Amino acid sequence: MNGKIIDFMQWRKIAGAASIALFVLSLVFLVVRGINFGLDFTGGALIEVEYVEAAPVQEIRQTLTEAGYRDVTVQLFGSETDVMIRFQADNDPDLGNKVVDLLTASGAELELLRNEFVGPSVGEELRDKGGLGLMLALAVVLVYVAFRFQFKFGIGAVAALIHDVVIIGGIFALFQLEFDLTVLAALLAVIGYSLNDTIVVSDRIRETFQESTETDVVKLINIALTDTLSRTLITSFTTALVLIALLIFGGQMLAGFAEALLIGVVVGTYSSIYVSSNILLATNLTRQDMIPPSREEPDLTEEKPSWLQDD
Amino acid sequence: MNRYPLWKYLLILMVIAFGVVYSIPMLYQPDPAVQITPASSGLAIDEGLQEDMLAKLEASGIQVKLDSTVELNNRSAIIRLADDDEQLPAKSALQDLLGNDWVVALNKVPTTPDWLTALGARPMSLGLDLSGGVHFLMEVDTEAYLNTRQADNVSAIKRDLRGERIGYRLVDADPDTARVIWLGFRDNEALRDGERYLERNYEQFTIDRTDYNDMPGLRLSLSDQEVANIEEEAVKQNLTTISNRVNELGVAEPIVQQQGTNRLLIQLPGVQDTAQAKKVIGRAANLEFRMEAQPGASSATSETFRYMNAARTAKLERDIIITGDVVTNASVSFDENNQPQVNITLSSAGGARMNQATRGNIGRRMGTLFVEQKTRVERTVVDGEVVETTERETTKEIISLATVQSALNSSFRITGVGDINEANELALLLRAGSLAAPMYFVEERTIGPSLGAENIRIGINSLILGMALVVGFMLIKYRAFGAFATVSLCVNILLIVALMSIIGATLTLPGIAGIVLTVGMAVDANVLIFTRIKEELNKGALPQSAIKAGFERAVVTIVDANVTTLIVAAILFAVGTGAVQGFAVTLAFGITTSMFTAIMLTRALTNLVYGRRNVEKLAI
Repeated sequence: MNGKIIDFMQWRKIAGAASIALFVLSLVFLVVRGINFGLDFTGGALIEVEYVEAAPVQEIRQTLTEAGYRDVTVQLFGSETDVMIRFQADNDPDLGNKVVDLLTASGAELELLRNEFVGPSVGEELRDKGGLGLMLALAVVLVYVAFRFQFKFGIGAVAALIHDVVIIGGIFALFQLEFDLTVLAALLAVIGYSLNDTIVVSDRIRETFQESTETDVVKLINIALTDTLSRTLITSFTTALVLIALLIFGGQMLAGFAEALLIGVVVGTYSSIYVSSNILLATNLTRQDMIPPSREEPDLTEEKPSWLQDD
Repeated sequence: MNRYPLWKYLLILMVIAFGVVYSIPMLYQPDPAVQITPASSGLAIDEGLQEDMLAKLEASGIQVKLDSTVELNNRSAIIRLADDDEQLPAKSALQDLLGNDWVVALNKVPTTPDWLTALGARPMSLGLDLSGGVHFLMEVDTEAYLNTRQADNVSAIKRDLRGERIGYRLVDADPDTARVIWLGFRDNEALRDGERYLERNYEQFTIDRTDYNDMPGLRLSLSDQEVANIEEEAVKQNLTTISNRVNELGVAEPIVQQQGTNRLLIQLPGVQDTAQAKKVIGRAANLEFRMEAQPGASSATSETFRYMNAARTAKLERDIIITGDVVTNASVSFDENNQPQVNITLSSAGGARMNQATRGNIGRRMGTLFVEQKTRVERTVVDGEVVETTERETTKEIISLATVQSALNSSFRITGVGDINEANELALLLRAGSLAAPMYFVEERTIGPSLGAENIRIGINSLILGMALVVGFMLIKYRAFGAFATVSLCVNILLIVALMSIIGATLTLPGIAGIVLTVGMAVDANVLIFTRIKEELNKGALPQSAIKAGFERAVVTIVDANVTTLIVAAILFAVGTGAVQGFAVTLAFGITTSMFTAIMLTRALTNLVYGRRNVEKLAI
């Protein structure tokens, strides 16, 4: 093995403590502040209008509250002429037009861009389904990794995923960022991304265990992490690049998606280095664990389908 | 070393050709158009009509697309227009010409060249967030349907037992659960006869002997399976009715489909007038025809109703002659006083019943009742929690009360239906059929056309910027190999678009976000390979063997890492709806195609450039 081996694991106690602290803190935020669920989950009405001139946010809120709509929130949406209005209302075929009429009564010129209504039962169902999806994803990942690698790797991978999801949730709770369907999609994509990272590292750990003559487990993990470091950083970097592109051009509709993923990429990169390796050490990973019971000798070509093999 | 046999290059070229053919239809902008479809089956589009339509458009100053004629497609005709802004004027001009027998709808027709269409290549359809339009999610009130069905069963059982001369005393629907009907009999003999009769003729019920109101009685209950069947039936019938109504609305390419057990998803691209659409789609309206009550009739046989358009009331009999269900056709015309009237045609059974009821009642008045089910959601705060109660009410109002001049049969007319719009709407509702069960809106989204166009721009810009950043980085970092990766990346996007077009996926904004994300993550496979090659070189391997070892060792990792992500995408698809599913599909395709491009295509390019010769140094 050439090059310098970075001693990642010397900070593993600090990293472990930091992860646990962040995790607990995130749970606290999730419980105390709660998630700011978007319309998809809470139900209610949402109307987006575009003014010709700058939108009078205060006036809009006052007008609608006086007209009897409940829980009215008005916010600028991307530009100062674009306004998003949310409130609780019964479903009404003319709702969009009624609101526009109310707002144009003062002589303002505006255009109705979007008008959405989500029934509360739908939102509730979605929340249940989303939670179920997360659980299911975690369970399947555990089984797959345990099967493909070893049970301890499965635990490591799932721990890293829970770590990532909870911390992203905590950040969303702390800053009260809106959690809508696209954010849920992002959260699930983060699971995919972080998993990808963790598997690449695990794969390397397994390979190092099998091929190196080194016996010290901590050192073996350090070798594997050092070998994959440049790949880990480059992939995170390219993914971050496209997410920045989405943040710049994606507008408000994709902002939550890009934010969640960006946080996810940072947290996921960190967790693939520290969380899963830490768990592997904590569960006393040994070289014996790495010798597949059914196979005498690890054979890399065996895993490849024929079309992938080189002639 | 590092040579590919010819067949592998050919395979790769074929895959790329496939990607090109099936993704280029996306580059052709669709033409704005109007689509004309006959409302009833007897009508056909002949040449005279085609000329009339084109002449009418010309007379109204609407530009038809250059060299375009009327295109016939099944039973409908399509006329392409020069400009988006002319769609609405063209629609009203043609509707004016053709009248109510024809449905004129706005449409977008693809401009894909014929040779591509012949290969089955067509552009991906755009989701509502990109095209603009309305999205509804409606819930079918299956409970209400079950109640109605049981009420029908109660009357049918009474009628049958009477007909069989079986001495029953009571037939009641259980007040608490819609699944149970109770029967009380005069004596044990009647009970035995009744039981035997019901077992033969009402097989859907499980029948148990039990006393009812101190009488020998029976308990008829529906099994879970039966209830599920009945509910399924309600949803299916509502689906059909809603599809009919949507077709009547004249929307091009509408989507009406069942979602879950009791919900219907309705998407109407291009529709902006939601109020009108909702009114027609969601209306649980029907008609009832009853005779006016005789003076002095008791409240057991008569009911008092209000008029729809006047502050008066009238007393009608409780017996219903027919309901709107037996209406086979309905159209609007004007009566002698130039007031709109609805002409109704009944099925033969309905006509017979109408004839029977009116034959002996000439000179009496018959009332037409408009029956509407409405849903009101009330929110109240109980213990700090918002509690929702849904209240359903049925209103019945008299549209007209007219003297029966002669015995009616299967076609007649009703007057007093309000203005022309209301008459049209009533005729439409009668034609399209009534809803089996009331429905209410649980979700509604309207996206304006300008927002749709804006979302497309957003998606494309993000994709271009994301690509530029990643490609720039890869070229700087890996030079020649970065160029290979760039080619792979472009082919990758081509393949994703091609695959999505082929399976008929709908492109949504989150879908585009998925493609953008794929761009960032797809280079991962390349990065894995390239870092491996570098590693091998650092270990002192020769360039050729470094390439070989780099690719081979990275493949296992790539497959492992991607399979897990694929699993997550599958779960995302399974639990998600709409936009989330779109995202999952792009993610899954992105992963699959990126494995192909990174492993096979990048390798092929590397082999082409570096294979078969002595290489001193790699530009990596």
